[in-house]
Amino acid sequence: MKRRYGASPLHLILHVALFAAFAWVALQIADARAASNIVLWFLAALVLHDLVLLPFYTGIDRAAKRLTSAARVNYLRVPAALSALLLLLFFPPILGRNEGSFARVAGTPPEGYAERWLLVTAVLFGVSALIYLARAAAAARAS
Amino acid sequence: MRAPWPADPPPGPFRGTFWRSPLRGPWLTAFLGTLLLALTSVVILTGFLSHAAYEPDLGRNAIVPRDGDLPGLLPFDWPTSPSWLYAFTQGLHVTVGFVAVPFLLAKLWSVIPRLFAWPPVASPAQALERIAIALLVGSALFQFATGVLNAQIYYPFKFNFVVAHYYGAIVFTASLLLHVLVKLPTIRHAYRERGVLQPLRANLASTEPEPYDPDGGLAPEHPDKPTLSRRGLLGLTAGGGALVAVMLGGQSIGGPLRKLSLLAPRREGFPVNKTAKAAEITAEMTGDGWRLELIHDGRKTRLTRADLAGMEQRRESLPIACVEGWSTTQSWSGVRLADLAKAAGADPENVTCLVESLQPAGVLRTATLNGGQVRDDRSLLALQVNGADLSLDHGYPARIIVPALPGVHNTKWVARMTFS
Repeated sequence: MKRRYGASPLHLILHVALFAAFAWVALQIADARAASNIVLWFLAALVLHDLVLLPFYTGIDRAAKRLTSAARVNYLRVPAALSALLLLLFFPPILGRNEGSFARVAGTPPEGYAERWLLVTAVLFGVSALIYLARAAAAARAS
Repeated sequence: MRAPWPADPPPGPFRGTFWRSPLRGPWLTAFLGTLLLALTSVVILTGFLSHAAYEPDLGRNAIVPRDGDLPGLLPFDWPTSPSWLYAFTQGLHVTVGFVAVPFLLAKLWSVIPRLFAWPPVASPAQALERIAIALLVGSALFQFATGVLNAQIYYPFKFNFVVAHYYGAIVFTASLLLHVLVKLPTIRHAYRERGVLQPLRANLASTEPEPYDPDGGLAPEHPDKPTLSRRGLLGLTAGGGALVAVMLGGQSIGGPLRKLSLLAPRREGFPVNKTAKAAEITAEMTGDGWRLELIHDGRKTRLTRADLAGMEQRRESLPIACVEGWSTTQSWSGVRLADLAKAAGADPENVTCLVESLQPAGVLRTATLNGGQVRDDRSLLALQVNGADLSLDHGYPARIIVPALPGVHNTKWVARMTFS
């Protein structure tokens, strides 16, 4: 068994259990509203992360490493990564994408998110610059 | 039988030499996985608790069709104490869910070479494992994406969020459990080889790649020189989580943190979940003609707002907490639900209550309260908040406020209460 299958029988049993649970969910989903849209989102989530988002940010990171020295890249990389994380999570109000749906239920549209995100981004890069300057000054004194 | 693919990997990411980060390796993936598991456990647990808090077995509460639901997991009714219970569990669900995203991204980054493993399938066991991983990663990304969008009231999808997020949670939980079981030996091996925390001691200068292992597929064959230490990467990930917590958590925790949560969807002190206009409530419906109808055993009692104001009033400071993760504590006053049960001729000690709103449409225009919720002395049909009549958007002429009840079940613009 182990030689042909490649793992213990327990491995097979547990996987069959997962696939059975998944099949049960698939049957429930089939009856739900816009079932095909759920499947589409599930597949899009996989493809967009693994084949778009990850190559995109690792590509930018490589470019940044070529742009500056390895010792200094983190002063750019850290604030950029944090700012990008905030944009990824909070893009609906930052880019004004949820204005209509938000205003419909809450009465007023979300306001000032782009400005506050830019402010946080400015502070992140500003703090990074201060640390860079402080370390550069300390290194200059030491030498 | 010959494999349908060439023995040598095609150029690009399928080649071991393509992946060069010196930080990737079994220890890093095990450590990120451990942190992510801790966070997602909180999110999963509080998520299923929220499902239970909606009491889907009562009345018309079920949003996920009842014949397509798992059997109730809680052996007891959703409690009313502590009154901040739902604010706490749901605040955790949403806030920790957001905070987990950088850990999820880092974890997926750490294992990306495995997606391009060559040969694509080496054994039947590995084929099943790859399908299980696709379910895990797909459901994880689906859950985080839909949850993050719903918390910001953004619906670029056509499906019902609650239904899809619930079934997504079942797939995610099951595939995560299996993944942890399958990977347990790998995790233990990585910790035994390198120590659990040992690799965090290394600064950039002393950061070494993990040993190359073609079968593991994580540590690179030709690592670059490191530009970041492992603790640097983990610090960035955790720092991202902390930043997200500050940007969002205030809408749940309240106080001065609310102002500091610059990107939280609900930054105001007393948010309106759904306006009267959105619920299609008009001034005529709530004007002098409004009556509260109490029903018990086919007997109807009709009360004006003045009748209600003439009953014994009680003032309670109670939180209201939305499934979207925000909460706020306000001082509500009104009539005890138990007194209304008595007025309807029901035994307040042992009765559930179907509350119906004036709202003409919507899944959440009705909610059924369990016996404990009707019985609790702090459960009110509120007429006022903070000493003034409710505004139309907060549910005038009268709304339900019950301790630890999910926000939307605190029905606004109440029209009818049926005790049974």
